[in-house]
Formats: sequence, C-alpha cells, structure tokens
Amino acid sequence: MKLYRNLSISQKQVVWAWTFLALPVLFYVVIRFYPTLNAIVLSFQDWNLLGARTWVGLENYDRLIHDPVFWKVFKNTFIYLILGTPLSLLASFTIAYHLDKIRFLHGTLRALYFLPFLTSTVAMAWVWRWFYQPVPIGLFNNFIASMGFQQIAFLNSTTNALPAILLPAIWAGLGFQIIIFMAGLRAIPISYYEAARIDGVSSWTILREITVPLLKPTIVFLVVFSSISFLRIFDQVFNMTTNNPGGPLDSTKPLVLMIYQTAFTSYDMGYAAAQTVVLFSILLVVSLLQLRIMRDR
Amino acid sequence: MKAITTLALCASSALGTLFAAGSASAVEIEYWQYIFDARITAMDTLIANFEAANPGITVKQSTFPYADYRTKVAAAIPAGQGPDVVQLFYGWLNDYVAADLIQPLPTDVFPVERIEAEFFPMVQAMKIDGNYMALPTAVRSLALFYNTKLFAEAGITAPPATLDEMVSIAEKLTKKDGAGNITVEGITSGMTAQDHQWLREVLFRQFGAVPYTDDYRTVTYNTPEGAAALEFYTSLEQTMGVTSSTFMDEPQAAFKAGRAGMHIDGSFRIGALKDTRGLEWAVAELPAGPTGVQSNYASYWVNAITSKATGEKYDAAVKFMDYITSDEAMQVWLETVGELPAKPSAALTDANIADPVYGPFIKGLGYSHATIFADETGQRQVLVDAVSRIFLENQSPADALAIAAAAEQTLLDAYYAK
Repeated sequence: MKLYRNLSISQKQVVWAWTFLALPVLFYVVIRFYPTLNAIVLSFQDWNLLGARTWVGLENYDRLIHDPVFWKVFKNTFIYLILGTPLSLLASFTIAYHLDKIRFLHGTLRALYFLPFLTSTVAMAWVWRWFYQPVPIGLFNNFIASMGFQQIAFLNSTTNALPAILLPAIWAGLGFQIIIFMAGLRAIPISYYEAARIDGVSSWTILREITVPLLKPTIVFLVVFSSISFLRIFDQVFNMTTNNPGGPLDSTKPLVLMIYQTAFTSYDMGYAAAQTVVLFSILLVVSLLQLRIMRDR
Repeated sequence: MKAITTLALCASSALGTLFAAGSASAVEIEYWQYIFDARITAMDTLIANFEAANPGITVKQSTFPYADYRTKVAAAIPAGQGPDVVQLFYGWLNDYVAADLIQPLPTDVFPVERIEAEFFPMVQAMKIDGNYMALPTAVRSLALFYNTKLFAEAGITAPPATLDEMVSIAEKLTKKDGAGNITVEGITSGMTAQDHQWLREVLFRQFGAVPYTDDYRTVTYNTPEGAAALEFYTSLEQTMGVTSSTFMDEPQAAFKAGRAGMHIDGSFRIGALKDTRGLEWAVAELPAGPTGVQSNYASYWVNAITSKATGEKYDAAVKFMDYITSDEAMQVWLETVGELPAKPSAALTDANIADPVYGPFIKGLGYSHATIFADETGQRQVLVDAVSRIFLENQSPADALAIAAAAEQTLLDAYYAK
C-alpha cells in the first residue's frame, strides 16, 4: 500500500494500465501462447494421447520430409491457394464493380450474394456433394445425362475432385469479398471520376488508372485474408469426402486435414504437431509479408 | 476470520466423515462407454439387473461422444477419476495396456482356460503376456443383406451360396438406363464401407491367400492368389458392371433406398434397416469361395477394469465384469443392440440360429477372423487406395496389391517398433 502511495501519477497510471491489461494478457498466455508452445514442444516428442510423452528429437520432422503424402498434401494446399485466391478475387471484384453501378434491386442482389457466406459450411458442403453425385441422384450428372452426354466423375477422380471442392469454397466466400470491395469502391472520391470524364478518358483507363490503384489497401487485405482461409481449408474437403477423407488417393487432402487425421484417427500426436508447426510457419510468413506490403504503401 | 476458517474446516471434515461412513456400506463404481442410444439402453438394463442382484453396489454409467471418448479416458484415469470399468474397441487394447490404463482380469474369477473354452476363439486377441486384459459382451460379424422384392421381381428364389451364384444373381438384378448408367445395382460396393474387411478376411482367404501371419504383424496377402481376390473384387465394377462404388454416395444408402439387390454389411446395420419403411429385406451368410471356403470378419468392443479401481471398488468392478460377460447379459445385448453374443453357449442357441435375421450372422461367427489392427484407419486406407489406383489409374491388381502390402507393412512395423 505504502509503496503505491509513493508512486508518481504517471507511474500510478502505468500500474493501473497493467492491472487492466492483466486479464487479456493472462487470457492470451493461457489460451493462446501456452498451447502454441506446447504444440511446438510436442512436435519433438512421441505421444499417442494415452501413455507418457517421449523425446524423439527431430524424428517427426525427418519423417515429414520423407513422407510422400506430406508433399502431395503440401502441393494440394498451395493449389487451393493459387487457384482459389485469384479466382475468388477476380470474381468478387467483377461482381462488386458491376453491382456498384446498378440501382435497381441493388440491396436484394447484394443480399443474395452475401447469403452463402452466412450458410453453415457443413450444410453447404453436403448439398454440393449431392450435386456432384453420379446418376441417378446427382443434380449435375442427371442434367448432363439427360442431354445425352457421358457422366462426369466430379469427386471420384484424381484430377476433377480438387477443383470440384474448390468451387463451392470460392462461391461461399464471394459474398464477404464483394461487400469489402464495394466498401472500397465507395471510398474512392467521386471527384476523381468526374475529372477523368471531363478529360474524356475511356472507362477501361479509369478502371486501370484510378479504381484499381486506389483499391490497393482493400486488395491487399483480401489477398491476405483469402490466402489464409484457403491455406486453412478443411470443412469443405472433409465434408465432401467423408467416406475417404481427402481422397481419392489424397488428391484433395489439404494440410489441415492431414493434421486432423494424424492426430485423431492415428493418434500420432507428435507427428501431427510437427505438421502443425509447418502450417504455423507458412501462415506466419504470409502474415509477415502482409505487414511488409502494407508498410511499403 | 480465523474462527470462521476453523468452523468451516470442522464442518467440512464432519461432512467428509459422514460421506465416508455412507460409502462404506455402498460402493459406487463408474462405467464409461461412448454415446450410442441402443448401447446405453442395454447397459441401463444390465446395471438395473446387476444392482438388484448385488445390493450395496451401485453402477454409474457415463457416456461421451465418440469423438472425445479416447481423450477423456486417457485424461481421467491417470488423474484418479473416470471409469472403473470401461468399454474400448478391441483394436485399441494394446495402446491402453501399454499406457497402464487397464489391469489384467483376475484369474480366480476369469481363469484363462475357462475363457478359452467358453468364448469365441477371436477373443484370444485380448490375451497379453498370458493374461486376459478385457472381454467382450458382444461381437459383430458380416452377412449378405438382400432385397427380397427385387429378388422376386427377377424370379430369384434363394440367396447366393457361392461367389459365382452371387455374380450371376447380381447380373440379373442390375438395371441400366439407355446410356448404360446403373440405376439399380446388383450388389453394392465401397471399400470405405465394409468391403475392405470383406476383402481382407474373406475374399483373400477364399481365393487361397492368407492375409497375415497369426500375430497380424506381417502382411502375407501379396501373392498371386491375393491378386486374384482383388481382381475378382474390382471386376465386379470394371468388367461385370454389376456395381459402382460411387453409386448413391454410400453402399448402405443404395440398399436402404431399394436401389441395390445385395449388400454386405455388419450386424450393426440391422437396426437402421428395420426402421426403413417400404424396404423388404432378408439376410444370408456370406457366399462361399470358389473352393467352398467360408470366412467372415468379426469385430467387437470389450470391457476392461481400469487401473483406477482398487480395494472394494476393484472387487465390485470384478463382479460387474463377471455379470456383463455372462450369457444372460449377452442375450440382453443381442435383443437391445442387435450385436451377437460373444460365447457360443449364448450365441448358438437353437432360437438364435433359427432367427432369420441374426441366424446368418451367428453362423458366420463360427468361421470368422478378427483382424488385430495396429491402426484400423490407416490399414483401411491402404486397401482403399489400392482399389482407387486400379479404378482411377488403371494399375493392375497385382501391382496395386504389392504397393498396398508394402505400405501396410510399414505401418505395422512402425507401430510394433514402439
């Protein structure tokens, strides 16, 4: 008590600031930092959830490097990212750009585009899974067959399955990206467009020279946001391939699904933790790149 | 302040004494299993019977979702909480024993010779270092479900007794649209359902291959006979066209919807099919192989006494284990859950064998094998991938099987090296 009384006002302010900060700090330490550090420690151990943890050093990482499934999964994860992010950004920008120009039914259309974002991923994945089924129950194949064409193996194919799963994932995220893009478009001062129009510039040039450069912060945010969500893709894949998760032949398996299976069906917690550390590192690099790009601006 | 603390201490110790006195005359033991309605109902009945016969012992049943089950058991027992008697999948036993979570059954109540004389031989997988660690109440086996309505329409009077008959019946039952797409399957197929078990323990053996060495630590199905079995299985879809593994998403869904003539599945499917309106079905034993060999795959959940149970709780747990592995308990389990008794004396009663639904499953138990899995999901995946490579990458059955055998051996070696 006496100690506190002798403090200066600014020192007392610091004490109070830390008193109030103590709760979130405690929360972060217990809920975030402790499990994260624990997972990193676990990645150097062998543990099946039941017995004692034993140190194995770098064995888990060594196994990871020599595991062909890991490299396949690593590649899949980046295909989700490399296809998913540009396609979803391009689609959402195109829709937002045109939606921004119309007045008729503007609110209704915007709501319709946003609707998939509100839907539960699990329900959505199962509906799409049904769409993709072969004759006689699949919506798409019934249509294709009724037109007299050969059925398409959407999910039971090593080449088609990944795009077939990616498509609903892109579609579900569109609504959110459209809203963010529209907010970005609205934030561009109208006087720039007026000046351009007085100069008689084509609308293509306006798009290229005014709209896109001024949308850079929005685009950077969305690139990072959607990159992280595609790198962490799980729900869609797991629910659309529950019979053979990540299959056929691991052609759709992303890193998160591999982690889940290693941990909770093979109970190989140490190996799963090593995979988690790899995923964590990738996400960390992506986030750091984001900070870098934002600072350049 | 000090006075209040003292008072509180007095009160709590008095209460403690009271409860201790209460528990001296009545032992409460805890039983854990995962959530599955019929199993919980069956266990409630067994607990009521047990408590009536053993006044002074109460059994508390706790249940958890399947997904959390293993984690909860692992966390609770070392902490001195959790179950005294626990239900586990037979394939998990090794892990639990290695982690000292369960203790061997006492040989005075459960003599090894008596267990081996009374239970089906597959239970021997529960013997570790000469002691039985756990025992099942019920076991499951496979059989052939068939749609009697589709059979009658096609003029077929009896279910197939051999694989050849199965193929010819499947051909008669298969219906296709103008473009050649299957609209009704002759027989369902799906490696991700029960077909990997059918292939592993039934087809391999019927074609003359032995899938594993006796301890299930060495893969031995990579032979020309094994390849012939795999080729037979994949030819059902690839050349005979009587099935499609992707048809209606899941084999059981196709059968349930009346769009499949035959379906191989476990006894646990009976409950779901009974509740399906408009579906007329019957059950037959799995078809015999080309040389007349019959085989089946059996699996089971076991009950074990955990290392947490000591003193009078241990004695109560032993009594409870004795009851839930009795013939009476097995009959209750059969009638409530649809799982088959684990002892021939309870299973092979005239009434059970004559039962049109349970009969074929029970007969199958007599010649069944229980695979000792190191990693059931991983070992399943190996065979799932072998079939995928044949279907999607045109690999030959012999090559696909060789890769599968090597991959499965790697899994087994890694597991048993620990």
